[in-house]
Amino acid sequence: MSYFQDNAPAGDTATLVIAEDTQARRARRRLGRRGPVEAKERGVISFADRKRRTVRVWLRIIQSVALVGLVFAGLGPLIWSAKASITGTQDIISDPMGIFFAPNEWGNLILAWNGAQIGQSLRNTVFVAVGATISTLVISVLAAYILAVMRPRWAPILSGAILATLFLPGVISLVPLYLTVLDLPGLNISLLNTFWAVWLPAGASAFNVVILQRFFTSIPKEILEAARIDGAGPLRVLWTIVLPLSRPILGVVALLAAIAAWKDFLWPMLVLPDPLLQPVSVVLPALAKGPTPLAVQMAAVFLTLLIPVVLFLIFQKQFLRGVGTAGGIKG
Amino acid sequence: MSTTIPAAKTRPEATPPPEGTPVPRRKRTPATWFRGGGLQSVLFAIPVVLIFAYFSWGPILQGLVLSFQKTNLVAEPSWVGLSNFEYVLSDPGLAQAVGNTAYFALLALVFGFPVPIILAVLINELRKYDGVYNALAYLPAIIPPVAAILLWKFFYDPSTTGMFNTMLSWVGLGPLPWLNSEALAMPSIVLYATWAGAGSTAIIYIAALRTVSTELYEAAEIDGASIWRRMWSVTVPQLRGVILVMMLLQLIGTFQIFTEPFLFTGGGPNNATQTILLKIYNYAFVYGDFGAATALSVMLAAFLCLLSAVYLWATKRWSPS
Repeated sequence: MSYFQDNAPAGDTATLVIAEDTQARRARRRLGRRGPVEAKERGVISFADRKRRTVRVWLRIIQSVALVGLVFAGLGPLIWSAKASITGTQDIISDPMGIFFAPNEWGNLILAWNGAQIGQSLRNTVFVAVGATISTLVISVLAAYILAVMRPRWAPILSGAILATLFLPGVISLVPLYLTVLDLPGLNISLLNTFWAVWLPAGASAFNVVILQRFFTSIPKEILEAARIDGAGPLRVLWTIVLPLSRPILGVVALLAAIAAWKDFLWPMLVLPDPLLQPVSVVLPALAKGPTPLAVQMAAVFLTLLIPVVLFLIFQKQFLRGVGTAGGIKG
Repeated sequence: MSTTIPAAKTRPEATPPPEGTPVPRRKRTPATWFRGGGLQSVLFAIPVVLIFAYFSWGPILQGLVLSFQKTNLVAEPSWVGLSNFEYVLSDPGLAQAVGNTAYFALLALVFGFPVPIILAVLINELRKYDGVYNALAYLPAIIPPVAAILLWKFFYDPSTTGMFNTMLSWVGLGPLPWLNSEALAMPSIVLYATWAGAGSTAIIYIAALRTVSTELYEAAEIDGASIWRRMWSVTVPQLRGVILVMMLLQLIGTFQIFTEPFLFTGGGPNNATQTILLKIYNYAFVYGDFGAATALSVMLAAFLCLLSAVYLWATKRWSPS
C-alpha cells in the first residue's frame, strides 16, 4: 500500500518536470543571446567551481572519456552492423574488426529482404505494433475516462480490480493467457495465428490506465462541467475536450505501447507459429538457427534495427522527453 | 465517431449533477440512473471489462486454479491437489535454476544498477551537448533486443578472432570463452543486459535529477561541502525515492529474465544459465505440462509479492514520505 503513497507525489513530480522543462527552455531562449553556457541551471557543480582549474580539467577528462565510451557502446555496434550487412561471410568470420576494409556485397541486403523474408516480417511487426498501440489506447482511455471523469457508483470496484493486476508479476498469467488464446472461454474461438492474439492482450495494461487516469483527473472540472451544461454527452466530452487536452500524455502511452510491441519476443513466438505472420523479432532467431549464411543474417539484423534507430534519430527530442515523463510517473 | 455525437446530443438531460456540490438526495430509480449517464458508463465499461476479464483477471485466476490441476488440452482437467507443486519442488534442476536466477539478479544489482545513476549524474552536469550524450546512451535501448542479442552473440565468439577477444588482445588479455564457459556465461549475459538497459533507466534518473532544488546545492556549497560531498549528501538522498522504486522494479524484472538466456545460451552450458522462467517455458511449451508450469509460476509470483512487501516495509524508513 505504501507503494501508492510513494507514487502519489511522483505524479506531481512528473508534471513538475514538464513545467520546469518549459520554464528552462524559455529561460534558455531568453539567455540565448547572452551565451549558451549560462543557459542551464546549476547542478552539483556550481559556476564558481567551473572557473577553478582542477575542476575544469577533471570535468573535461571525465566528459571526454564518457563521450568516447558512449560512442563506442552506442554507435559502435550500429556502425559495425551496417558494414557487416554488406560484407561477405568469410570476411566477417575471419576478421570482424577489419570488415571496414573488406569489399562491399550489396546482394546480402536483397537476399535478407526477399530470401529470408525480412521484408514480410517487418510488415508483420508494423502490423503488430500499430494494432497493439490502438488497442492499448482505446482500452486505457475508456477505463481512465470512466474512473476519472464519469465516476459511476461502481468505479471503485473497477479501479481496484485494475490496480490489483499492477502488483502481480506478469509471470503468473503467461501460461493461462496462452491457454485462453488457444480457446477463448465461452466463445470457443481460437486466436492462435491471428494478430488479435497479440493486439487484444496488449489492451489490458493497468499501468497505462493509471497514467491516463491521473492526467484526466487533473483536467479542470469547470471545463467538463461547462461542456455538460451546453448539452454534450459523455462521448462528446471525451472526444472534443478530454482527448485534445491530453494529447501529450496520449503520445507517451502510444509510444511506450509501440516500443513494447516492437520489442516483444516470447508472446508473438507463442501465439503466431505461422512463419508468414511472425514479426521480425520471432523470425530473426529462427533464421540464426537455420542454414542461412552469416552475412545474410547480419544483413537481416541490420534491416531489423534500421527502422527504430532512424525513427529515434529523427524524433529523439520528443522521444526522450516522452520516455522521461513516463519514467517520472513510474518513479 | 462523428456519427454517434448527434445521438448523444439529443439527450441533453443526460448530464449528471456536478460533483462536490451538495445535491439533495433524491430517490434512486432506474430512470434517474439512466438520466445520470449510468447506461453510458456501463456501455463504456463493456470493452474494458471484457478485455481485462479475458486477458488479465481470467488468466490470473486460471493460473491459480491450473496449478492444482492436471491438464493436457484434450481430456477434462482433473484436480490433483498439491502434486504439481511436489513435482516441481522435487525437480533436481530447480535448485540450480533458482540459484542462477538469484545470481543474475545479484550481478545485475551490483554491477548493472549503479551504471545508469552515474550516467545520469554525468549527463546532468553537462552544460552543452547533453542531448548528444543522451541520445547515444539511449541508442542501445532502441535496438530490438532480438537483433542486439544476435549481434552480441557474434561479438562473444570464443575464438581468438572473436570481436571481444580481438579487443582484449589489444590490451594483452586473453581470449575468454564468454558464453561457452559455465563461469562466464551468466556475467556475459549481465554485461549485455546492462548495456541494453542503462540508457532507458538513465533517462528516468535524469528526469528526477531535474527536480532537485538548486538551493540545496547552494546551501551545501556555502557550508563548504566539496563536489563529492554534495553528490553524496544532496544528490543521492534527493534521488532516494526514485532509486528505491527503480531497484524494486529491477529486482522484479531480473527474477523474470527469459529472452536473454533463451536466445544467448538456451540455458547452457551445462545448465549454467538455466533460469526459473526458462524452466516454466520448458515445462509448458516443450513438455506440455501446464500444471507444473503454472505451479512454478505461482510460486515465483508469490515470492515476488513477498519480496516487494518485505522490501517496501524495510525501506519505509528511507523513502520520502
